[in-house]
Amino acid sequence: MVAKGRIVWVSGPAVKADGMSDAKMYETVSVGDAKLIGEVIRLTGDVAFIQVYESTSGLKPGEPVVGTGNPLSVLLGPGIIGQIYDGIQRPLKDLAEKSGSFIGRGITTTPVDMNKKYKFTPKVKVGDTVQPGSIIGSVQETDLIEHGIMVPPDHAGGKITKIVSEGTYDLETELATTDNGKTPIKMYHYWPVRKPRPYKSRYDPTIPLLTGQRVIDTFFPIAKGGTGSIPGAFGTGKTVTLHQIAKWADSQVVVYIGCGERGNEMTEVLVEFPHLKDPRTGKPLMDRTVLVANTSNMPVAAREASIYTGVTIAEYYRDMGKDVVLVADSTSRWAEALREMSGRLEEMPAEEGYPSYLASRLAEFYERAGRVRAQGSPDRDGSVTLIGAVSPSGGDFTEPVTTHTMRFIKTFWALDAKLAYSRHYPSINWMNSYSGYLADIGKWWGDNVSKDWFELRREAYGILQREDTLKEIVRLLGPEALPDEEKLILEVARMVKIGILQQNSFDDVDTYCSPQKQFKLLTLLVDFYRKGQAALREGASLADIRAMPVIATLLKARMEVKEDELAKLDALSSTIESEFKNISGVKVSA
Amino acid sequence: MSAQGGVQYSKIAEIKGPLVIVDGVESVAFDELVEIQTTDGQRRLGKVLEVGNRKAIVQVFEGTTGLSVSGTSAKFVGKVMEMPVSEQVLGRVFDGLGRPIDGLPDPIAEKFIDINGAPMNPEQREYPRDFIQTGVSVIDGMLTLVRGQKLPIFSGSGMSHNILAAQIARQAAVVGTSDEFAVVFAAIGVQYSEAEYFRRSLEESGALKRSVLFLNLADDPAIERIITPRVALTVAEYLAYDLGMHVLVILTDMTNYAEALREISAAREEVPGRKGYPGYLYTDLSTIYERAGRLRDKKGSVTQMPILTMPSDDITHPIPDLTGYITEGQIVLGRDLFRQGVYPPVNILMSLSRIMKDGIGEGRTRGDHQEISNQNYDAYSRAQEVRALAGIVGKAGLTGVDLKYLEVGDGFEKEFLTQGVDENRTIEETLGLQWKVVSLLPKNELTKVKDKFIDQYYKER
Repeated sequence: MVAKGRIVWVSGPAVKADGMSDAKMYETVSVGDAKLIGEVIRLTGDVAFIQVYESTSGLKPGEPVVGTGNPLSVLLGPGIIGQIYDGIQRPLKDLAEKSGSFIGRGITTTPVDMNKKYKFTPKVKVGDTVQPGSIIGSVQETDLIEHGIMVPPDHAGGKITKIVSEGTYDLETELATTDNGKTPIKMYHYWPVRKPRPYKSRYDPTIPLLTGQRVIDTFFPIAKGGTGSIPGAFGTGKTVTLHQIAKWADSQVVVYIGCGERGNEMTEVLVEFPHLKDPRTGKPLMDRTVLVANTSNMPVAAREASIYTGVTIAEYYRDMGKDVVLVADSTSRWAEALREMSGRLEEMPAEEGYPSYLASRLAEFYERAGRVRAQGSPDRDGSVTLIGAVSPSGGDFTEPVTTHTMRFIKTFWALDAKLAYSRHYPSINWMNSYSGYLADIGKWWGDNVSKDWFELRREAYGILQREDTLKEIVRLLGPEALPDEEKLILEVARMVKIGILQQNSFDDVDTYCSPQKQFKLLTLLVDFYRKGQAALREGASLADIRAMPVIATLLKARMEVKEDELAKLDALSSTIESEFKNISGVKVSA
Repeated sequence: MSAQGGVQYSKIAEIKGPLVIVDGVESVAFDELVEIQTTDGQRRLGKVLEVGNRKAIVQVFEGTTGLSVSGTSAKFVGKVMEMPVSEQVLGRVFDGLGRPIDGLPDPIAEKFIDINGAPMNPEQREYPRDFIQTGVSVIDGMLTLVRGQKLPIFSGSGMSHNILAAQIARQAAVVGTSDEFAVVFAAIGVQYSEAEYFRRSLEESGALKRSVLFLNLADDPAIERIITPRVALTVAEYLAYDLGMHVLVILTDMTNYAEALREISAAREEVPGRKGYPGYLYTDLSTIYERAGRLRDKKGSVTQMPILTMPSDDITHPIPDLTGYITEGQIVLGRDLFRQGVYPPVNILMSLSRIMKDGIGEGRTRGDHQEISNQNYDAYSRAQEVRALAGIVGKAGLTGVDLKYLEVGDGFEKEFLTQGVDENRTIEETLGLQWKVVSLLPKNELTKVKDKFIDQYYKER
């Protein structure tokens, strides 16, 4: 029985309809003569409360509402990568074909091209037993993505009774049948967005997600399958940092959700990514990226859905055994969409008008991150790393979205307006940020880069912490009140800030920094500090140290030394040594 | 703007603030345009905010003063509010609802367009990257404006934001290519003298015949302010995408707009967000600001320069705060600089142009543009720190390098930032001044620019 009712009330994106006793919670419905897409979010008697994913301008009481019988779902299959979708998985390209440069209403499309043919290579044969989630074959979706065709998680599996031979097929072709499952297996299936996809087991996150950003990888790392949040007032560089992660993270798939943000930012990704090359594979970044764009001026209810659409797509690629990064910019706008709907439902508000279930919704979202062993055969491990931007009103980190988010994430990159004002980018404040993965992934650095990494990082961070305390004294008494020993800390901290923490995303060389280069830069500066201490003990003056020509070279090394000439950094190490010899030599003999 | 047809209802159930609740309605649509007829034959416009259970909540743009429950009638027009547009709107002056007030007849409409616009499909946007030379050094050099950008001016009461905006409108409009340009100016609750200053400024530069003015002045109905930016942007979009012009839209003052929105929200007894502003203020503002941009298959562009006065100069107030989250940067005016008589009093440390990086550089302005701008930011920010320090320990307690930075701070404000209201500098002059400022520093302090640029442009002073 599908529900058929009539509109009785309209206010913005909220619609009430009666005669809806057959409707189910979170069922998608078609609203009005214009056939707008909506979702049932409350049922009272036979009255359904519906949030509408399109503009309701012109909608009248009395117009029909028809249920679809299905919850809001996304189509999962080849053709997703490289797309730009709206919040409910409609390709924006198709919307443009049907309604031009501006988004029209009541348009239905398919999320991927159902007629496109892919070369399918079967990986099982008749008589093999498959479970839900098992891979039955694969297609090459893009140059970068080998797309595993899985038995849908809600399919019973069983013995394969029929499977097509290697060849090219479109999405609707029945690829295989089993003795248990009633429905044949195709290249695609649907999955409801609000229901996490199942997996076999979960791992501890111990492998770093390398982003090529020094302040992240070296100081506040995030693990594959981990969660992170990046809050900041406007102008602190949230979006640039998120774009950097989307560009350079060492994952196989990136899902970028523009949730209630600027239209031009999505365009920027669309323009830039096809030209950028993945530093590891040399292929265009767009070949591994999916965009979900529900900009701020697009209907607010679809903004709420966009987060779920994105994370469900991410889980799907995770189930193929891939590492997926999902970037959501910004979760605050998603929370505002919740608040707006909650207000129209006349629910009792909690803090700042946000609904009382804000925290549990955030928790549910971030819990969909993780590194897992996927269901079915063959064995494969994949991960979903969730990174959410937060846009606290007034830059105030005590507001509800920031405080609740902090409860459910493990890496916190606090953006600082003061740093941004002085053009210290990325403006991640090293005193307020933290990473809960440091100990776990230290082992990876030890095994893969250098066993000294943990110690060097600790020492460099120690310098920054000491500087923070000393700055208080300087503020009261001026820098001359400090002994040379402590002035050296200030000097080296300045070098760490300029030479490591700062990173110019718009510079061709500096935009991406490999773990090896990060480690070498870190080594150089810590080495400089140690030698500086020794020189002071031997009688050199701080003025001599400050005047060393190598300092300017060290500070520019991040921009001037390319990834394929890291030997230059090793040479710098001997320059440091000889310059220190010069100054200590002079003093000691004098 | 007129309204024909539709059904007349006379049962006004309630009048509350700017809202009228009409009873016993049939077949009324959400967002529909309403014509309210008063007992003395006056007509006012409004729109449906909520409809259901045979009741319609109507927001009356011209306010409810003088309306009575009996005798007032409401006519539902059967369509949303539309603005008649044609090329003839150029050179004309309209009120805040889009009705001519310059004594000339209504322009002949070529078409009628829904004033709410539709969201631009992000996939169809053309990424903005055409440098607009405004002739104002601080903007061209460090806060570059590009076509299709939305770059607001955050100001405070009494500061020189209007003078700056007018200078930009005059100078940006005439420099560069031969592309057709237009200025759309929307006054939202500003004083007569401010609106007049703009009009005169456009007239003197000869740009008035390429301009369209929408005036909702301080003594005009407050609720009308909800509509003013929307009719202005509807006209701007028509000029840009139908006629292929490059349109600069100036919206002043967005603070008055947000206050009108708060008034309606309060009358509807909605749960307030921060400072009594509705929870959907962000979304609502975005439906205005996001109407800036360029489209892939269209020639023109809409560039927005909204102006807002920050209540008590507080940048964390919801209006500037939410604006900053939507716009592509902000030009912040500083009270200190203004007091010192600096024009334009732009506080560059708090200011930002997000998309300048793509509008500048080799082939657009010059290869060193981004780096020399970064170096100036860095130097000026250091200068501010040193100034603060000098306030405590005195100049005597400063090191030699610190003293250099003090000079940079002064040099930046006097030689680079300060310029005349009619002074129109080229980008070459602007970049030259930036190098001149940092040349006060020893070479090894320039950590943000590549050595090749230092060799080319640095001349120690």
